[in-house]
Amino acid sequence: MTTTKYLLRAVAPLGGERVDVLIADGVVAAIGADAGTLAGSDATVVESAGLVLLPGLVDLHTHLREPGREDAETVLSGTRAAALGGFTAVHAMANTTPVQDSAGVVEQVWRLGRDAGWVDVHPVGAVSVGLAGEHLAELGAMAGSAAHVRVFSDDGKCVHDPVLMRRALEYVKAFGGVVAQHAQEPRLTENAQMHEGVVSGEIGLAGWPSVAEEAIIARDVLLAEHVGSRLHVCHVSTAGSVEIVRSAKSRGIDVTAEVTPHHLALTDELARGYDPVFKVNPPLRTAADVEAVRTGLADGTIDIVATDHAPHPREDKDSEWSAAAFGMTGLETALSVVQEAMVDTGRMTWADVARVLSSTPAAIGQVSDQGRPIAVGEPANLTLVDPAARWVVVPHEQATASDNSPFGGREMHGRVVATFLRGRATVLDGLAQDDADGSRRAAGRTETH
Amino acid sequence: MKHLLSAADLDRSEAIEILDTAAQMAATQSREIKKLPTLRGRTVVNLFFEDSTRTRISFETAAKRLSADVINFSAKGSSVSKGESLKDTALTLQAMGADAVVIRHQSSGAPHTLAYAGWTSGAVINAGDGTHQHPTQALLDAFTIRRHLVGDSGRADVAGRDLAGLHVAIVGDVLHSRVARSNVQLLHTLGARVTLVAPPTLVPVGVGSWGADVSYHLDEVLTEGRPDAVMMLRVQRERMSMAGGGFFPSPLEYTRGYGLDARRLAALPDHTIVMHPGPMNRGLEISADAADSPRAVIVEQVSNGVAVRMAVLYLLLAGETTNMKAVGE
Ligand SMILES: [Zn+2]
Repeated sequence: MTTTKYLLRAVAPLGGERVDVLIADGVVAAIGADAGTLAGSDATVVESAGLVLLPGLVDLHTHLREPGREDAETVLSGTRAAALGGFTAVHAMANTTPVQDSAGVVEQVWRLGRDAGWVDVHPVGAVSVGLAGEHLAELGAMAGSAAHVRVFSDDGKCVHDPVLMRRALEYVKAFGGVVAQHAQEPRLTENAQMHEGVVSGEIGLAGWPSVAEEAIIARDVLLAEHVGSRLHVCHVSTAGSVEIVRSAKSRGIDVTAEVTPHHLALTDELARGYDPVFKVNPPLRTAADVEAVRTGLADGTIDIVATDHAPHPREDKDSEWSAAAFGMTGLETALSVVQEAMVDTGRMTWADVARVLSSTPAAIGQVSDQGRPIAVGEPANLTLVDPAARWVVVPHEQATASDNSPFGGREMHGRVVATFLRGRATVLDGLAQDDADGSRRAAGRTETH
Repeated sequence: MKHLLSAADLDRSEAIEILDTAAQMAATQSREIKKLPTLRGRTVVNLFFEDSTRTRISFETAAKRLSADVINFSAKGSSVSKGESLKDTALTLQAMGADAVVIRHQSSGAPHTLAYAGWTSGAVINAGDGTHQHPTQALLDAFTIRRHLVGDSGRADVAGRDLAGLHVAIVGDVLHSRVARSNVQLLHTLGARVTLVAPPTLVPVGVGSWGADVSYHLDEVLTEGRPDAVMMLRVQRERMSMAGGGFFPSPLEYTRGYGLDARRLAALPDHTIVMHPGPMNRGLEISADAADSPRAVIVEQVSNGVAVRMAVLYLLLAGETTNMKAVGE
C-alpha cells in the first residue's frame, strides 16, 4: 500500500466553498489553510478547482457474480469498475453459485474483495437457503462471520411467502440486520418480459404490472410495522411504490428504499427496438414513474440510489428479447446519471448526492467507516468529481467484464477524477491505479469535452 | 422498405401497392401455367421456430410460383431446440446466401432482432412472432375485405382503393393475438373502423392507444355496430387452464358469449363477411354453421394468402431493381 499524501487544491467539498484538503496516513489530515502547510514537498498535488469532493460512494446493491459466473464478472473486475465509478464500498448480492447463504460463502466473497483491494466488499446474505424461499438461511452465522453480514436479501427473487418474510424481519433484530426485499409478486409476473402498459400491449411482450411490485411493498411495510423491524426495499420503480413508502414513513414505519440509476433515467419506450440491453428486473417503467421516483428521491421518500449492477456475458444478451437475461451494468455510470437527472436539473445538491450515494447507504448497511463526513481525522474514503466533464459510454471499454450497459453511445454528465480508499488512490486522473503490471486504462469513456 | 416486420411499417400507399400487386399476382394464378420467372436464382428461406404448416406452405407456394429456390428450415425439433441460438441459425442461413428469410418465432420481436442485429443481409419477412405481429395475415385479410366489400361487390376494379368507411369487428383472444395487432394497425392505415370484442381478461392493458373501439358484448356489436366484416380469432384451448384459473371459466361460457353461431350469423347485415385466420376450433369460437355458410370467406383467405405473399416477396426482392421505390426505402 502506498503512503502517498495527496493535496487536493481548491476542491469543493460537497460542492461548497473551495478549500485545500490534505489526505495523509489514510485519513483526512487537514482542511483549509493548514493543508498546504502540512503537505510538505512530497505530497502529490491534485489541482481540483471546479471539482467536487464527495465521501466515497457506497453501493447497497451490486452483483459481482463470483463465485459461479466468472464469465460475467469477478470480484476483481467488478470492484475495479466500482472504484472507477467513484465507489469505495459495495454490497455484493447473494445470488451467486453457490448462493451466499452460509458463513463459508460470504467469507469467501469478503476475502476476494479484500484481496482485490479496490473497494470494501460487504457480502449480502441470502434470506433463504439457496434463495428457494422455503427455509431461513443461517442468518446469525453470516452475521457473526468475518464478513460481518448485516444486509440480507434473496434479490433476484422475492421473499414472497409472508410467513418467511415475517420470520426474517423478526430474526434479524437479534443482530441489527435489515431485510432487503426484491418486491415482485411471482404469480402476477409469470413469464413477464417488460412493464405492463401501452408499450407491452403494442409490441406483444408479456407484462410485469406495477401492482406486482406495489402489493409486496404494501404487505412488507405492514409486516415490518407489526414485528417492529427494519425493511429495505430494493429498486423501487413505480409511482405507486413511492406513494406506499411515503405513507409508511409518515406512519413511522422503519422502512428505507432505493432507486436505481436506470429507473431514474430510462423508460419502457426503449423496449420498442427489442434490444435486450434494456431488459431488466424490475422493468423500465413509464415517464410518469421516472418522474415519481425522481420526486421521491429528492424529497427523501426514496433514501438512496443503488446500482443493481447486473453484468451478463454477451451470449446471454445476444438473442431475441424473451430469451435474454434480465439486468444492466451500472457501477461506472451511476454517478453521472444521478448528476444529470438530479443535480443538473436543480432537484438535488451535491450534499444530497453524498447522502443518497454514500452516507445513507452506509448507514443502512451498517458500514461504520464509510459515508463519513468530510472532516479532519475521518477515514479518507473520498471521491473527486468533475461535474463539467462530458464523456460517451463505450460498453466494451468499461472495466466491468460485461458489455450490457444501457447507456452505450450516450453522452454522460460528470466524470470521476479520483477515488481514495483509506487514503490510497484507487483511481487518479480517471484511471484505475493498477499496481502490478501498471496497465492503466480509461474507464470505457471517450472524452468529448 | 427492406423488410416486412410489422403492419405498422406500412403507410397507406405502401399497403395499397402490396394489395394491388397481389391482385395482379392473383390474376396470374387463374392461368394454366401459374409459375412466373420473376425470382429465378433467388433463395428464400422459411425459418420456422414454431409449427405452422399452413403458413409455411403458403410462403413456400408463393416463392415457388415466383421461381425462387426455397429452403425450409424447420427449427423446431432440430438443433435449434437443443440450444442453437437464433444468432447461429441466422449466420448459417447467411452463409447459404439467403436473399429473404421468412421467419416464424414464438418470441415477440425475434424477426426485428434478426433484421437489425447484423446477422443476415437478406430481407426479413415476419411470418408471425409471439403475440406481436403477423403482417402478411393482415394484408391477406385486407385484400379479402377489399375484394368483397369495396366497389361493386368485387366486380369493379378496386386497384388503388383503400377500406375507408368499412367497419370490422375482431372477436376473441385479442390479448395473445398477433393477427389482431396487425389487423388493427393495417385496417386503421387503410381507413377502416375496428371494434375489438373480447371478454375483459383477453383485452390487453393499454388497448386505449390502439385507435379501436373495445366491447365486451358481441351481440351488441353485431346488431348495433352492423360490421361489414367479422373476424373471428382462434382461441387456444390450452390458454384457458393457465395461471389464475384461466382467462375464462369454461369453453362453454366462452362460446355462449363470444362464439359465432347460426343465431348470431342471422343477426348480421346481408353483405357482412365472416373471416377466420385458421386453424379454426369449430364449436368454440365458430360453429360449423358459421364456418361453412356462404358468407364465410375463410377458404378464400387461404388462396389470397398465396397472392399476397407473392406480392410481398416480389416487392422486397424483384423490386430491388424495378419496383422498390414505390414500396419505400
Ligand atoms: Zn432485484
